[in-house]
Amino acid sequence: MNVADLETVLPFLLLATGGVALLLVDLAVPQARKSLTGWLAFVVALAAGVSALALVSGKTMKGFAGMVQADAFAYFADVLLCVVAALVILLSLRYHTARGLMRGEFYPLLLLSLSGMSLAVHAADLLVVFLAIELLSIPLYVLSGFARPRLESEEAALKYFLTGAFASGFLVYGVALIYGASGTTALGDLRAALLDNPALTSDALLMAGLALVMVGLLFKIAAVPFHFWAPDVYEGAPTTVTAFMATATKAAAFLALMRVVAGFAALSPSLAQPFEVADALRPMLALIAAITMIVGNVTALAQQNVKRMLAYSSIAHAGYALAGVASGDATAVLFYLAAYAFATLAAFVVLIAVGSTEGNEDHRYEAYAGLGRRAPLLGVIMALAMFSLIGIPPTAGFVGKYFLFRAVVASDLTWLAVIGVLTSALSAAFYLRVLMVLFMREPETAPEAEPAALAADAPRMVAAYVSAAAVLLIGVFPSAVLALLTGGELVALVR
Amino acid sequence: MEPTSFVVFLSSVLFVIGALGVLLRRNALMIFMSIELMLNAANLAFVAFAQRWAQLAGQVFVFFVMTVAAAEVAVGLALIVTIFRTKRSTSVDELAQLRG
Repeated sequence: MNVADLETVLPFLLLATGGVALLLVDLAVPQARKSLTGWLAFVVALAAGVSALALVSGKTMKGFAGMVQADAFAYFADVLLCVVAALVILLSLRYHTARGLMRGEFYPLLLLSLSGMSLAVHAADLLVVFLAIELLSIPLYVLSGFARPRLESEEAALKYFLTGAFASGFLVYGVALIYGASGTTALGDLRAALLDNPALTSDALLMAGLALVMVGLLFKIAAVPFHFWAPDVYEGAPTTVTAFMATATKAAAFLALMRVVAGFAALSPSLAQPFEVADALRPMLALIAAITMIVGNVTALAQQNVKRMLAYSSIAHAGYALAGVASGDATAVLFYLAAYAFATLAAFVVLIAVGSTEGNEDHRYEAYAGLGRRAPLLGVIMALAMFSLIGIPPTAGFVGKYFLFRAVVASDLTWLAVIGVLTSALSAAFYLRVLMVLFMREPETAPEAEPAALAADAPRMVAAYVSAAAVLLIGVFPSAVLALLTGGELVALVR
Repeated sequence: MEPTSFVVFLSSVLFVIGALGVLLRRNALMIFMSIELMLNAANLAFVAFAQRWAQLAGQVFVFFVMTVAAAEVAVGLALIVTIFRTKRSTSVDELAQLRG
């Protein structure tokens, strides 16, 4: 190990050391001033984000004997993850005070989970993928149960823990089988071994291992049929944690999934670069993407609770991104995940504003009646978020879907793009229902929250403006974001 | 059959027992134990394959997996204890607060 190795995982190092140090610092912070811990965590997340932004156009490097890879994809994802986490911290300051959750350990746990995500996007070895997924998951199990002794939160935590650990069991056994078949767990070596030794491409042990690893990762991104845990966990967890899980976890797990898929790209001859998916894997990924889009959107239609609807929405969007994975275009997928993350975060700003001002957190549609007229700013932000999630120009969601479906069509999966467009049209029904409730329905009982209180919290409003501005700016100037991804040399997910 | 194949076969049996345990058991603690069995099946497979490839790497992986399993135990048992305090039960069938 040398100093250059450390540079390849610099954001991860900042987050991990920052998280552990904050755990100690928090001991000295008096109970009444726990928001100080939050601000310190905010600074750490921002510093890691800035370090990643400074490195994004550098050249692709491997570190720690090929265990991690630093490239534009990884740093781009780092920036996205750190910005999302910083915004979640801003949102949680008032929310946690209002809900009686202002405990210092929240912020170190958030940073540690974030460090796991940062490691996951840099992973170039199946073992690192496993370790990173665990590092991001274990603090999240605790965070989901953070609202104890509220039973819903405890139930969400236990369900998330049991399903998550079950999925890791599949993942690690899959890694063991792949190691047994090929003698390596490094994705680059695996790719080379598959090219050198065609007999390996039909090895039963390797196929079984790949299948198990895919099951483990598909659990994490909540793709159908491995999605059943997500709605319960998203609904039961504190809303700030849900916002973090729905956006950051998804982005990190997707990049890890794409690297694994790219490691197996030599399984069968595929389309030319930059497509990094084997033809043997493509039908399976496309099928799961199609089912996920259909099930996610159709089930979201039937929900009576905005938070739960957003959970199904996150499943549906995992389907879209998975369609991008099937096409093999990592740039389109990452762009889409960024667009999705900011739109979802903007929607959660409204949920968190409601949760911060009311005695009982109620996210049923009825509870939102007339909110858009009482607090026009929140109404506009929600409208922007919903338009972006549907994919209406000039929002980020439109450009994201445009790039995504273009990549899908270019890789001869036109039927998948057709399903994507049709389900997007369907999704307008439940996204627009939120806006209808917000602007066109009168509340049945006198609303609990004062309009002034809804827009009172300065950090929350900053988060609101930043996520709303990101939705618009990514939509209007997509090339600025794409430049981050393609600014450096031509990158490969696995080399 | 080479000797490592027997060990790999044993590990696959353990893995299937673990996976079935997760699906069939209703007690959170038993489900958790079954998950641990799955992780240990992977450890056994790693050791056997390290033998096959005459590498040390496979044996080192076991330590990583064991560490992760220990971290999972700490968090998992804490969660189960917390929910037992609230509900006086560790049956996953009674976790029905959240419904679609």
